Amino acid sequence: MTTIEPMPVVVPERRKPSLADGLRNGLPKLVLAPSFAIILVFVYGFILWTVYLSFTTSKMMPIYKWGGFDAYYRLWSQPNWYVAMQNLAIFGILYIGICIAIGLFIAILMDQRIRAEGVLRPIFLYPMALSFVVTGTAWKWFLNPGLGLENTMHNLGWESFKFDWLVNPKMAIYTVVIAGVWQASGFVMAMFLAGLRGIDGEIIKAAQIDGASTVSIYRRIIIPLLRPVFLSAFIVLAHMAIKSYDLVIALTGGGPGNATELPSTFMYSYTFTRNQMNVGSASAVMMLMGITAIIVPYLYSELREKNQ
Amino acid sequence: MSAAHETVSPGSARAARYVIYAALIFLALVYLLPLYVMLSTSLKSLDEIRGGDMLALPGDPSIAAWVKAWGEACIGVSCVGIKGYFWNSIKMVVPAVVISTLLGALNGYVLTKWRFPGHKLVFGMMLFACFIPFQAVLIPMARLLGAAGLSNSTAGLVFVHVVYGLGFTTLFFRNYYEAFPDELVKAAMIDGAGFFKIFWRILLPSSGPIIVVTVIYQFTNIWNDFLFGVSFSSGEASPMTVALNNLVSSSTGVKEYNVDMAAAVFAALPTLFVYIVAGRYFVRGLMAGAVKG
Amino acid sequence: MNIRMISKLAAGAAMLAMVAGTAKSAEQVEVLHWWTSGGEAAALNVLKENLQKQGVTWKDMPVAGGAGSAAMTALRARVTAGDPPTAVQLLGFDLRDWSEMGVAANLDDLAAKEGWDKVIPPALQAFSKYEGHWVAAPVNIHSTNWLWLNKAALDKAGGKVPTNLDELITLLDAFKAQGITALAHGGVPWQDGTLWEAVVLSTGGPDFYKKAVLDADPAALSGDTMKKVFDTMSKLRTYFDPNFSGREWNLSTALVIEGKAGAQEMGDWSKGEWLRANKKPGTDFVCIRFPGTQGSVLFNADQFMMFDVGGDAEKAQQKMASAVENPAFQIAFNTVKGSVPARTDISDEKFDDCGKKGMKDLNEASTKGTLMGSLAHGYAQPAAVKEAMLDVITQHLNGQLTTDAALKRLPEAVAAAK
Repeated sequence: MTTIEPMPVVVPERRKPSLADGLRNGLPKLVLAPSFAIILVFVYGFILWTVYLSFTTSKMMPIYKWGGFDAYYRLWSQPNWYVAMQNLAIFGILYIGICIAIGLFIAILMDQRIRAEGVLRPIFLYPMALSFVVTGTAWKWFLNPGLGLENTMHNLGWESFKFDWLVNPKMAIYTVVIAGVWQASGFVMAMFLAGLRGIDGEIIKAAQIDGASTVSIYRRIIIPLLRPVFLSAFIVLAHMAIKSYDLVIALTGGGPGNATELPSTFMYSYTFTRNQMNVGSASAVMMLMGITAIIVPYLYSELREKNQ
Repeated sequence: MSAAHETVSPGSARAARYVIYAALIFLALVYLLPLYVMLSTSLKSLDEIRGGDMLALPGDPSIAAWVKAWGEACIGVSCVGIKGYFWNSIKMVVPAVVISTLLGALNGYVLTKWRFPGHKLVFGMMLFACFIPFQAVLIPMARLLGAAGLSNSTAGLVFVHVVYGLGFTTLFFRNYYEAFPDELVKAAMIDGAGFFKIFWRILLPSSGPIIVVTVIYQFTNIWNDFLFGVSFSSGEASPMTVALNNLVSSSTGVKEYNVDMAAAVFAALPTLFVYIVAGRYFVRGLMAGAVKG
Repeated sequence: MNIRMISKLAAGAAMLAMVAGTAKSAEQVEVLHWWTSGGEAAALNVLKENLQKQGVTWKDMPVAGGAGSAAMTALRARVTAGDPPTAVQLLGFDLRDWSEMGVAANLDDLAAKEGWDKVIPPALQAFSKYEGHWVAAPVNIHSTNWLWLNKAALDKAGGKVPTNLDELITLLDAFKAQGITALAHGGVPWQDGTLWEAVVLSTGGPDFYKKAVLDADPAALSGDTMKKVFDTMSKLRTYFDPNFSGREWNLSTALVIEGKAGAQEMGDWSKGEWLRANKKPGTDFVCIRFPGTQGSVLFNADQFMMFDVGGDAEKAQQKMASAVENPAFQIAFNTVKGSVPARTDISDEKFDDCGKKGMKDLNEASTKGTLMGSLAHGYAQPAAVKEAMLDVITQHLNGQLTTDAALKRLPEAVAAAK
């Protein structure tokens, strides 16, 4: 998408150019222009501004004084930043992997002509409707060893049951994964369900006539056909993982210690509470670079494919 | 394709179905747990919450906490509950959803049916806008809103949500219209229909599923937003999530879990309602194209 | 779905919003704060009503959460937009940082008229003034080096209050033997820091506190005394209950109130919880200085910083600043909040025993020069250094860093944040 090749114009027919035609050709661009201009300013302009800020000496508020690579040097000498990156790797891989696995699993189950689909589907989808500002208290409570699941199991007589991940620095990041999966896997399920419903029944019938078992039909035929859905799900989840913020704040506030710090919480705290806005901006630039590395190749391949 | 199981023997097919139902019901219960905790806690008394089990049913259900959360709980110095903030959120969400959906539809229409050189680059750039971390835009946004005189106003908040929703809405409609037959548009052009007439008469009437997806998506995101709300609005004009946060994470005082939970349920009701009512169309809309993006 | 109907609704809503936005009266103060709990809001209501009697309307802008971090984000957005609130609840070095941006109002005339210079302790004035000009009206003085004990549990353990760290450990062991949580603590960085600074003061005395915390001297931060501090922290950690991570301070206080825990190290805002639970100092609970810190006070003061709003709003702003320093308000507010008045000329008769002790200790410390800023609340170091120190403290307490690693990391973190 870096090269702008002249596209075959699908719609307007080329006859004699007249004033009306000129207007007709210009109007679509005119309609698109405000949105595009807004995006240019409020997304790309702000990105440039953030990049610039990361090279300044900004502390509490933006200061436009050149500071060179100082902020980047500070960023990469912060133990917190390494913890944040490592946590993002753990969180990202597990979150994306488990969401896709559970989402696909439930979608396949839901696709077996389930009678109560209308009841079940919203149950799996509803977590997506709620923000962690809303559900955070319930989650925190649920995961707390003294009040939540562990306590409940003890009350039920299972005295040796232990579930103290929330307060264990080594395990706390996994509680964030659990809550994240709870929220997003239903949405992934819906994507897979939509994908499954879109598959041509004839292909499957043909495979059945050939005597293929249900498992092998799924493994050999259906799942490979869902490849585009996997890709979409990956992109959606990857960007949610990188942007995850409410989730961590609601559950652990980044703790215990700094055990659940993520790049997004790092950036927020350095920009807004630690008065090191240049370091915060530098971390934002790093996040944007990470996102770019994931998204641009995807966009490139997607938009090229559809060209054919 | 749901016919996959029909080749196996009836007996084992029935067993398999029991397993499937059991698995689905188990998973559904797990997914419902947090909502159950919120609901049952909101119906309990404080003593029962302190002494009892989180998962126990309320012994003596009472809606006192709900009444308090809605109309009496203190947020800051005024004790009028969250009802006012509920309407603030509505005032913000409705225009923001309508405007961003409409713009997204027009953008998608132009990007698929009125292509021009470079349309892919334009689309790619708009799509990338979906991925910007919102924390990074707060300060420059505040500056520009201030310059435009929109600082600390509902109009400003609506604008912010439209800006950062545009990428998503454009993506949804662009992918949907991509699959819409060009022939219909061409035929209409030959009949002399103009740009807007084709949009209103031909594309929009058949856009039901994708409008549902877009509206659900935008409604949920904007309703649930906290960061923009807390930065670009204040006091009695704040949206629901900001008020809820003030109520729930107040740094001191007796923690009224039941009132907190009741307030949280109120904050969740509109989005829950939308998902439950429109959930069916959601999958249908995803099928119709959004998934491929 | 009927698009036309929705767009009509939207237009209506937008109109409503615009009308609401333009209605702004002249005599109005907009106050950004994070006091959202029942008791705090009640205390603030006193101020609101005082102002309303003078014809000033109060526009409330509460932003709770994260000990004011959400509020600071909102404040940045408002100042950047060129539309700051009239008054903002701020602490310590944040006051200086904002004043440095040139957005502060000037309260010199009012302060001179009302004689603030004479009645507000110099240690506090250092923050209420910027380059010699008054920019903020201090509301109260909290102090953080307190230990709150459940009286029943204490009596059962012999009834003698600890006066040094060794006696504290003995007492905590006694609590443990009673089968209750010995020390109620909430694992949040600022709470970890509050405990740590009390231990520093107790271990090394006021001079060491000044050197290590106020001056952030690298040698003091990694020396033998500091090693003792961290060892004590590790020891104290063994007296927590397993659920302490992320717990809010008031829930820990509740444990002590209910007798499920024996003691809590916390600032005097903790007393507000006891009072609301209808408990009496001396009969239900005991307030003492954190063992080994009698004679010194680590303070944290809430202040309303006044922002430069200009014009008519300034009149209302001055009225508010004056109302904050009004002795009647100082008494009404601080008896509810658990803190002591920000001015030293107020009689202690309306205060309970803990309040009286707090005021006496404050005066003593102020004259002796041992009234020192609390690190955890931003009165000892600027935000960047403070947070860097809290990082190390909280990671050590949670077992992510060994004592040796913490001693090495602490001066490094301070240097990196400067």
